[in-house]
Amino acid sequence: MIRWMIAALLALIALPLAVPVLGQDSMPPAPYAYNQLDDPRLEAEAAALMQTLRCLKCQSQSIADSDAPMAGDMRHQVRARILAGESPEAIRGWLIARYGDYVSYEPAVSSTTWPLFATPVLVILIVVGVLVRRLGKRRDDDAEAKA
Amino acid sequence: MIAEIGLAALWLAAALAVLQMVSGAASLRAAPGESNPLAIYARPAAVVQAFLAVLAFLLLLRAFAVTDLSLKLVATNSHSMKPFIYKLTGTWGNHEGSMLLWVGVLAASGGLLAAFEKRLPERTMGATLAVQGFVALGFYAFLLLSSNPFERLPIPAVEGNGLNPLLQDIGLAIHPPTLYAGYVGLSVAFSLAMGALMTSEVNPAFARVMRPWVLGAWVLLTLGITAGSYWAYYELGWGGWWFWDPVENASLMPWLAATALMHSVSVLAARDALRTWTIMLGVLAFSMSMLGTFLVRSGVLTSVHAFAVDPERGAFILALLGLYIGGAFTIFALCAGAVAEGKRFAVTSREGALVFNNVMLSAILAIVLLGTLYPLLTEAFNVRVSVGPPYFNPAGAIFAIPMLLVMAVGPLLRWKSDSPKRIQFELMLIAALVIGAIALVSFFGRFPLLPLLGLGLAAGLAVAAFLPLRGRNLKRVPVATWGMVVAHFGIAVSLFGMACEGAFSEERLAAVAPGGTEQIGGFAVTLEAVTPIAGPNWTAMEARLAVRQDGGEPVFLTPQARSFWSPPQSTSESALLTRWNGQLYAVIGNQAEDGRWQIRIWWKPFVTFIWYGGLLVGLGGILSIVGRMRVDLKRRSASAKGAQRRADIEALGVAAPQPAE
Repeated sequence: MIRWMIAALLALIALPLAVPVLGQDSMPPAPYAYNQLDDPRLEAEAAALMQTLRCLKCQSQSIADSDAPMAGDMRHQVRARILAGESPEAIRGWLIARYGDYVSYEPAVSSTTWPLFATPVLVILIVVGVLVRRLGKRRDDDAEAKA
Repeated sequence: MIAEIGLAALWLAAALAVLQMVSGAASLRAAPGESNPLAIYARPAAVVQAFLAVLAFLLLLRAFAVTDLSLKLVATNSHSMKPFIYKLTGTWGNHEGSMLLWVGVLAASGGLLAAFEKRLPERTMGATLAVQGFVALGFYAFLLLSSNPFERLPIPAVEGNGLNPLLQDIGLAIHPPTLYAGYVGLSVAFSLAMGALMTSEVNPAFARVMRPWVLGAWVLLTLGITAGSYWAYYELGWGGWWFWDPVENASLMPWLAATALMHSVSVLAARDALRTWTIMLGVLAFSMSMLGTFLVRSGVLTSVHAFAVDPERGAFILALLGLYIGGAFTIFALCAGAVAEGKRFAVTSREGALVFNNVMLSAILAIVLLGTLYPLLTEAFNVRVSVGPPYFNPAGAIFAIPMLLVMAVGPLLRWKSDSPKRIQFELMLIAALVIGAIALVSFFGRFPLLPLLGLGLAAGLAVAAFLPLRGRNLKRVPVATWGMVVAHFGIAVSLFGMACEGAFSEERLAAVAPGGTEQIGGFAVTLEAVTPIAGPNWTAMEARLAVRQDGGEPVFLTPQARSFWSPPQSTSESALLTRWNGQLYAVIGNQAEDGRWQIRIWWKPFVTFIWYGGLLVGLGGILSIVGRMRVDLKRRSASAKGAQRRADIEALGVAAPQPAE
């Protein structure tokens, strides 16, 4: 019973909060959400950046591949900032500062992501090791066999 | 009643899996030259089990076809108003149904193996069937204990909840069954590898038995991935064809392992080399299949594909995964020492090139595995990172580029030992093509590095694929060799498509008023009208776009923004105009305040080559299977004839008068 009352109360409190949220969703998308920049070079720069930013509301989609309103807002941010002359990496940094590493599909080397970069190096070493072992030694064996 | 029969069939099948396991294991305990009385049950158990599991699946299919709303699964995933074809395909558009399909294919392939494979020694066959039964048992347990597809509702539902609209597409009819059949075909390769390992029968005869299964599974995986990629491309409405989404990676990883395994098993069959390597890859390939199933089915990923979220099931599959992979590697560690290394070869030999490429494929597999699992791992420690194309593309390319270069040269080399001098003309030709193509393309503009390299490699590979035919009588080239040529050429075609898409795609986003025209890639696209229309279970706004190429006759494209009502969800149906040299891809978005419509158009030159290439690779695999089977049948009939003749001569010899001394 008490649980229901609390739930009802929470719903009542949440109701006025919900209205502006609903209002936001029905707002028209920001100007650059679905419009390209006029300069093709800047647009290409923005598009390349957008491909590598994660839509936080979606599941495994970049903001360039999403119809979510939030992705539209982020596309607007990216295009507007590119137009204002910011570099793509500065914009990525700004977004990471706001939303965390999660927003960028391009992991940067840090205390949490170093294995992502160390492992390929390790894989290269293992590959070289395996190849030398499997192929390099065989030649010696052949030479011995011939001798 | 029908559903209860299905459930009973599943329980019986599980019981038969136990029998198959015990009986198969018994054959291992038989003294050499004798057979254990228990061992005779393994084959029939596998065959009957296959019938029962397939029957269970067909009964579920029927329940979906007639929308039997007393079944919980049907009520939560189907709807009486859905088009009939999607009712059927909806059977595997959910967790329980797709697992039943998985298990059905698993049992069916085990049954086929038991019914038709007569070449292996009985002990090896028994061990193989025991392993196959053990694997099947785990998945029966998973279905019956945690994901019963035949669960009834206490009160039948009035109407079903419907199927995710993204899945209401012909893609669902093709992609999952093909992919699953490929995943599960690898289970036979796994069981055979384990059986041969346990009975120390790792030899060319065993490789010839294993090869059609590996090839078949690999062809199905190739076609499944190709279909899935095209499906995502046109259904998601954003023009991308590969997203490095964890679920896509889950299907790519078994493919990479199966590709390596297929080449390795060919070396074993032809040259009796790479014995442990083949066994290892056999274990790895099926492990990746199970890992893929775990990733998709457990709900550890949240992506458009993962439509099952239930941690209990995840734990169950994870336990199965640990049991099978752990068990397999334990047996491998214990028995691998008993398997001799096999024949030796020089670095510059066909075996050498294949080893190089297998190592590269495994390295790419390691990168994809890491990039897929790492975000899950850090999430467990509350650190969220994203790994996407900017990571996978360059990290994969480090290994893919040397692999593709060696792939161009490898088929030209001789077995065992060869000298690079012998093929120096071919080497120069391939190098000239790669460098020439890169130089030519960079002359016309600045393009990103990877697509540029891709174009160069595609040019080199396309020609290199046909070089093994040089100087040979084309009529006498074995079918299997044609298979290799076609498959390698398919890789070049696909690579060309990917590189073109990456380098030359054009995109146009605009708010267009009816009557307005946009220019893209030599096309003039006019928005003629936007009209509301209704389908069987959706309504939509449909744009009518007149596309004119160089002022010619218009072609009409009709992209739609659909709204489904059960479940309520909107999707965007893209419209495609396919030309030989690319595709025009159009999508309609929302209407702006001022009455203009959001239109997104892409011109993607040669994008279709990605999937044509995939189909060619699959065709190459099919040719290979056909060629090997024909040779095999010929060999079998020849040896049967030979035996007949010997028997005849013997019979005659007895009857014939003894020559006088």
